[in-house]
Amino acid sequence: MAYKFKSDLKYSDVTPKSVWINRRSFMTRAAGAAVAGSIAGPATAAKISGTVKSQYSTDEDLNSLEDITTYNNFYEFGTRKSDPAKHAHKLTTSPWEVKIDGMVGKPGSYSFDDIVKGVTMEERIYRLRCVEAWSMVIPWVGFPLAVLLERIEPQSEAKYVAFETLVRPSEMPGQRRGLLEWPYREGLRLDEAMNPLTILATGLYGEDMPNQNGAPIRLVVPWKYGFKSIKSIVRISLTSEQPPTTWNMQNSREYGFYSNVNPEVDHPRWSQASERRVGDGLFSPRQPTQMFNGYADEVASLYSGMNLVQNY
Amino acid sequence: MKPAKRINGWLRHIPVWSLYVILPIPGAIAFWLAISGQAGPNPVQALEHEYGELALRLIILTLLVTPLRQWTGVSLLKFRRALGLMAFFYVVAHLSVWLILDRQLVLLDIWKEIVKRPYITLGMLGFASMVPLAITSNDLSIRRLGAELWTKIHRLAYLAAAAGAAHYLLLVKAWPPEPIVYALVVASLLAVRAWWSVKRRAARLARRSCDG
Repeated sequence: MAYKFKSDLKYSDVTPKSVWINRRSFMTRAAGAAVAGSIAGPATAAKISGTVKSQYSTDEDLNSLEDITTYNNFYEFGTRKSDPAKHAHKLTTSPWEVKIDGMVGKPGSYSFDDIVKGVTMEERIYRLRCVEAWSMVIPWVGFPLAVLLERIEPQSEAKYVAFETLVRPSEMPGQRRGLLEWPYREGLRLDEAMNPLTILATGLYGEDMPNQNGAPIRLVVPWKYGFKSIKSIVRISLTSEQPPTTWNMQNSREYGFYSNVNPEVDHPRWSQASERRVGDGLFSPRQPTQMFNGYADEVASLYSGMNLVQNY
Repeated sequence: MKPAKRINGWLRHIPVWSLYVILPIPGAIAFWLAISGQAGPNPVQALEHEYGELALRLIILTLLVTPLRQWTGVSLLKFRRALGLMAFFYVVAHLSVWLILDRQLVLLDIWKEIVKRPYITLGMLGFASMVPLAITSNDLSIRRLGAELWTKIHRLAYLAAAAGAAHYLLLVKAWPPEPIVYALVVASLLAVRAWWSVKRRAARLARRSCDG
């Protein structure tokens, strides 16, 4: 039942938004100082240091940390929106290895620390549009996927990037049931993966990624429906063939490989023309959904000449 | 004294009107939580789902009354009308949240959704089939219509239950447990009716051939 959302989180557990915003301006100052070389920036528990702002961020109102961490689709932890917040604390995220294989010059098992070493972390405030017709605005911390891809040297025949989520039923109760075919799989065309909007995120609100949001490292592709932004990644493969993707495998008529946000192409069972901005209260109206979730300027050229009704 | 008789004895002390007081309470609590920001980040959906699920549970309870009496002797018959009317109350609440809070009464959009989305079509069918049930859930209607016709009309409850369960099953992604459980419960309760009806017909035929 809905009001059980609050079962193990009290209001006092959540820092008020104003405090976050103040802390973020502090972070920005700290980042500036770090660039100037005046502080060494000792790594305190969960904060991500050296984060810089991004031109790709939206200035829309942010969802609160509470919204972002209590309303999740992460079926590895259960199908209810409240399940990930309830169960994800059991997930061990350190040590964390990502296997990189396929058509790359530098395959191998990369530790989380290795992946983020020397990378400039950016704050990317993105709209997130779920295929279920709700949306949020989330201040991710991450870096362009292109940075990692360039480092692992894709071979010239590579056309796609495939991703896999961790399979660990002992810590992921949803995986003990056959809800979906595990591991959760996602994929992008290589040019989509190289687009500067596509990031690997390791945190939000300036701190390490909460487990229920896909710790320690996840994909964020803001112009596609949320399920494309795969969480808790353990494998990245470069392939020449379009890789199988979980929701497409589950129901190919309803979930295409591309799954670009498109108000004109409805989900077979519901409309995608409008969306509900989560966190706006009981009396807020729906708002119209934008083509490519409002990122058309950056990504529309990726699909020029393509029929987006057929390639949904 | 047999346990069923003892339970029936206790039930006699519970006045029917108490259901009209108790059953709206979970709906009122859900509304309070949604309006005061305690129903999670998406209160419209939370309220919509809560009312829909309460309606489906009450519909199932009304369908349980007869089998329960047949199999255990425990009779909830005197509560059935109240259960049915409260189920209708929650269907109306569920529909109102969708029409007013979710769809903001944009009638053209609402109409398009009803005709285009099978799960919404089914939901509306369930609602429509409950309207005559709600209107005729009183003693005067039974007298006016006669018991036979009234009973026939009230078989619409089976349609409402089937439509409600299918409505839930068709709106989810993948196969989460809740809608499957509700669908199985409704399917079993309808299967029991079908089985009884087959048996009754067989018995009638047997009697007729004896008479002949």
